[in-house]
Amino acid sequence: MSHLDGTLSLPASAYWHCFCGILKREYLRFINQRSRFLSALVRPLLWLIVFAAGFRAALGIAIIEPYETYITYEVYIAPGLCCMILLFNGMQSSLSMVYDREMGSMRVLLMSPLPRQFLLLSRLLSIAIISLLQVYAFLAIALLVGVEPPLAGYITVLPALVLVAVMLGALGLFISSRIRQLENFAGVMNFVIFPMFFLSSALYPLWKMQESSEWLYWLCRINPFSHAVELVRHALYLKLDTESLLVTAAATAVFSLLAVTGFNPQKNQKPTR
Amino acid sequence: MSIAVADISFSYGQRQALQSVSFELQPGCFNALLGPNGAGKSTLFGLLTRLNALQCGSASINGHDIRQHPARVMSQLGVVFQQSSLDLDLTVQQNLLYHAALHGIARKPALAQIELELMRMEMLDRLHDKVRNLNGGHRRRVEIARALLHQPGVLLLDEPSVGLDPASRRALNQHVRQLCEDRGLTVLWATHLIEEIDPQDPVLLLHNGQLKAHNSGQQICLQQQVDSLSEAFHRITGLNREAA
Repeated sequence: MSHLDGTLSLPASAYWHCFCGILKREYLRFINQRSRFLSALVRPLLWLIVFAAGFRAALGIAIIEPYETYITYEVYIAPGLCCMILLFNGMQSSLSMVYDREMGSMRVLLMSPLPRQFLLLSRLLSIAIISLLQVYAFLAIALLVGVEPPLAGYITVLPALVLVAVMLGALGLFISSRIRQLENFAGVMNFVIFPMFFLSSALYPLWKMQESSEWLYWLCRINPFSHAVELVRHALYLKLDTESLLVTAAATAVFSLLAVTGFNPQKNQKPTR
Repeated sequence: MSIAVADISFSYGQRQALQSVSFELQPGCFNALLGPNGAGKSTLFGLLTRLNALQCGSASINGHDIRQHPARVMSQLGVVFQQSSLDLDLTVQQNLLYHAALHGIARKPALAQIELELMRMEMLDRLHDKVRNLNGGHRRRVEIARALLHQPGVLLLDEPSVGLDPASRRALNQHVRQLCEDRGLTVLWATHLIEEIDPQDPVLLLHNGQLKAHNSGQQICLQQQVDSLSEAFHRITGLNREAA
């Protein structure tokens, strides 16, 4: 559809076909990289099976929301490990989006006539949806060590996981396009992934952290990843943590906005020769 | 359909890559962009495809300014990058369907268009092959088919023959010339190989970021009073023929 002034307004169906195409491509890449899928599962499973077994005795968990009874440590850390999968995937794929831009895939994406913000958000959402397959595979294996949320929890957790995945993907895209020093994954691990993960309620309830240090507790409280973990934890057990939902949604909106405005393939370009 | 560039300059920090470049391509024609490595050809392509932002000057495609009407421009532009940008682990069809989707084309019409373009490129029998299993020449053909899927009026090719053997190079060059004849496509073919240029082709000669000549190969030879384009190139750039 064209206008007299020469602008081109594409129909809504063009956006839909474009999104489906991006999602399909992420899916095809995913099924072509089974080894990457397996290695992404090994990390949280090590935490769940080895780390949790060692820590079970050291860390007693009182009855806390959303659980209605005493739980094992494996049950406590499972939602945090789901978020850990999303955290690693989000950072890894965002980094590759930024540093691939000199290479083929990003160039091909940017040859589309659709707005670049739409293309980036579509890719973030597609990566998020594909990451969910890994989370569900992890939850299926977690059944073997007694992590048995109610059956309906597997459905109610879905929107929470999508929101968290987009939040972390957008954060990754923002960080990697703005901070040149973090251009390798080791840098992101040390300065983003580990602090975010350890300064959250993924591995220990925050009241335990408060007993040790008030300021560490507050760092954990303002960490959006803590809220993401709590959102997923509650949703998995059929409950809604409104505060976590609001914080996660707000963080997703802010990070997405920063990511799409910060991502400018026309900046920081090196001459190709 | 044509490309018009007016007074474009571009620098990477201190290094000036393009200086006041202006030209208008001949529509429906095979236009050659000739220049040695580092002349600014890829920078110019980056600007025309909006991968680099214009720092000064302006560019338009078929009268549509690339800053003001990016969607219109991108829908009229087919691009073949210097480095292959196909997904090696996907089949030819999957790669092409992805590109069609990026242009908002539904699956059914996309499949029909893919068949048509691959037939023209004599690649239809490789539809379900993984790109990894294709040779360099065939990958290039798939990339050209991809660039034409959304039926653009202008095709940009950034050194498409790099890495190909002489026979594949000639075949590819011939193919693109045929496209100009059959469809009235405006082509900008960047190269550093003089043998890829026919005497009657409009040639843009770029050196050290400056447009040194813009005329047909024959006219450039006449102006320089030499017999061949390679001699004219040598005279204009001061480089030996092998460097072209």
